[in-house]
Amino acid sequence: MSSSDPRASGLNARRTTRSLGAGFFASELAVLFRRRRTWAMLLALAAVPILIAVAVRISSSGSSGRGPAFIDSITQNGLFVGIAGLTIAIPLFLPLTVGVVAGDSIAGEANTATLRYLLVSPVGRIRLLVVKYLAAVVFCLAAALTLSIAGILIGIALFPVGPVTLLSGDTVGIGDSLVRSLLIALYATVSLLGLSAVGLFISTLTDAPVGAMAATVVLSIVAQVLDSLSQTEWLHPWLFSHYWLGFADLLRQPIEWSSFGQNALLQLGYVVVFGALAYGRFSSKDILS
Amino acid sequence: MIDGSVAGSTGPAHASGLAIETTALTKRFGRQTVVDDLALSVPRGSVFGFLGPNGSGKTTTIRMLLGLAQASDGEISVLGERMPQRLGSVLPRVGALIEGPGFYPFLSGSANLRRLDSADGFAPNGTRSARVSRALDTVGLGHAADKKVRAYSLGMKQRLGIANALLAPRDLIVLDEPTNGLDPQGTREVRSLIRSLADEGTTVFVSSHLLAEIEQMCTHAAVMRAGKLVAQGTLDELRSAGTTRVIVTTPDADAAARVLRTLGLDPGHPDAPGPAVTATLSESIEPEDIVAALVAAGVRVRGFAVDHASLEDLFVALTGEGFDVVQ
Ligand SMILES: Nc1ncnc2c1ncn2[C@@H]1O[C@H](COP(=O)(O)OP(=O)(O)OP(=O)(O)O)[C@@H](O)[C@H]1O
Ligand SMILES: [Mg+2]
Repeated sequence: MSSSDPRASGLNARRTTRSLGAGFFASELAVLFRRRRTWAMLLALAAVPILIAVAVRISSSGSSGRGPAFIDSITQNGLFVGIAGLTIAIPLFLPLTVGVVAGDSIAGEANTATLRYLLVSPVGRIRLLVVKYLAAVVFCLAAALTLSIAGILIGIALFPVGPVTLLSGDTVGIGDSLVRSLLIALYATVSLLGLSAVGLFISTLTDAPVGAMAATVVLSIVAQVLDSLSQTEWLHPWLFSHYWLGFADLLRQPIEWSSFGQNALLQLGYVVVFGALAYGRFSSKDILS
Repeated sequence: MIDGSVAGSTGPAHASGLAIETTALTKRFGRQTVVDDLALSVPRGSVFGFLGPNGSGKTTTIRMLLGLAQASDGEISVLGERMPQRLGSVLPRVGALIEGPGFYPFLSGSANLRRLDSADGFAPNGTRSARVSRALDTVGLGHAADKKVRAYSLGMKQRLGIANALLAPRDLIVLDEPTNGLDPQGTREVRSLIRSLADEGTTVFVSSHLLAEIEQMCTHAAVMRAGKLVAQGTLDELRSAGTTRVIVTTPDADAAARVLRTLGLDPGHPDAPGPAVTATLSESIEPEDIVAALVAAGVRVRGFAVDHASLEDLFVALTGEGFDVVQ
């Protein structure tokens, strides 16, 4: 080991400088993705576009021409299945899984009593928060990509695939439309950054992971309800869920980036505020679990 | 309070040869004072027993020493550095088992250790697997390394917790009730493990409410009662601080008691049945003078014994007889 103390040898060697934590981040991802729960959630998400596609395929003999956005388009072009799946999963299924991962982040460690051992390792409280948050973000990305990719694959299997007609009326090729599907998955990931930060903060408040998960999910629903009430209109632009379904602008030619930017800015605000709250709470907390 | 004060430990925290030193350490939970004005002095290289009944504040003290809980008052130095200010440089040199082990049930024993080791920024990645298997072998879990912790027994988890404390070379090892849940064989192994750690120069701070255990493996001890330190020192200092009794076996119990009283002692009837009288020996009287006085008074002395209090008597005397938790 180049970085180890030359006086000590073999197994007793120690690093002389502290590592930045890449190893711990890798370990965090390994723990997250070695859990059966994580895979069960990703499988459940993958089932959403598959169920939609199968249901539409079975009943598509007499095309209804009604239903949620994008569902109609599926029969004409299988590449829309991924987008339809995301649209249906964004209000509930995605926040549910993200709530589980983010709510579990600190409270879950407290619950298994591993939190105290991580802290005396010592992992450093800030580093632990940052790594936990980054792992939640990776999960958001994995969840959105799972939805997209499962949708595209089942779409290709069950429906005709060809050049896609965009909302602006332009037609783009298959390659371009796949890129746009990826962009939409990225948009969904960015949309969940704020909720992940809220979940991380709630997770520092309790030793009961289920409570933190439930509270996070409930907040995501409350935000969407408030967003749909005209009485709270002044509040709408500040709700983390406000732009969740605003990815339609990515389906125009040229791509309209302003909603992506607004969404990202809002989510960043939530990350800063709730990251600071989580830090304020966690950095001085007595770990008695 | 008995204070066999160790190594004149009143100097400033950083300059002393102490592995742990606290001054006026206090922890309050709401109104309850759980640790009260604690002045611990743990010499480097010692095996230090931290004794106290349930709820006396041992675990809370350990949490403060390791920076998990904030002290309400007072100062802590560990390995010569202030805690929790210097936590980042102190804790890599400290291994700990705190109030039972904590592991991810869905990971194997060795995966758990690798995970916790990766959290230590000073632990080299290259030797991780080798260090993990060495620690597992040390606690006798080599064969269960790949078993999920969910399927571990209580004692196996406890052993894994001890293995975690041994992952890297340590200057101080803190073990909170290490033999909890262990079979007799495991208990003996832990004792010999602690001794071998001490032989290598590691300071071991071990909490327990089992006195016999402390007596067998420690060089020093401190006794807690309801958050307060009631005794501290080497085992010999603690033993000599305990009371010494004389036991006179005689058919003339009343006469013997009278003689003892004239010598300024306070005789009583012993716990054991039989014709005997006991009294606490005070420092001003030599045992042989008592025998001489008894014989001179015509007491038929059939047996005479001087009995040093065991550490257990001392422990009970210090912490109270009652079974009820104090707070
Ligand atoms: N989170 C907490 N909130 C309030 N009081 C607490 C908390 N944790 C511990 N206590 C109280 O602090 C006191 C000391 O507890 P501690 O766990 O330090 O005892 P202990 O000496 O380790 O006991 P044991 O031998 O049973 O492990 C107890 O009276 C307990 O009720
Ligand atoms: Mg305890």
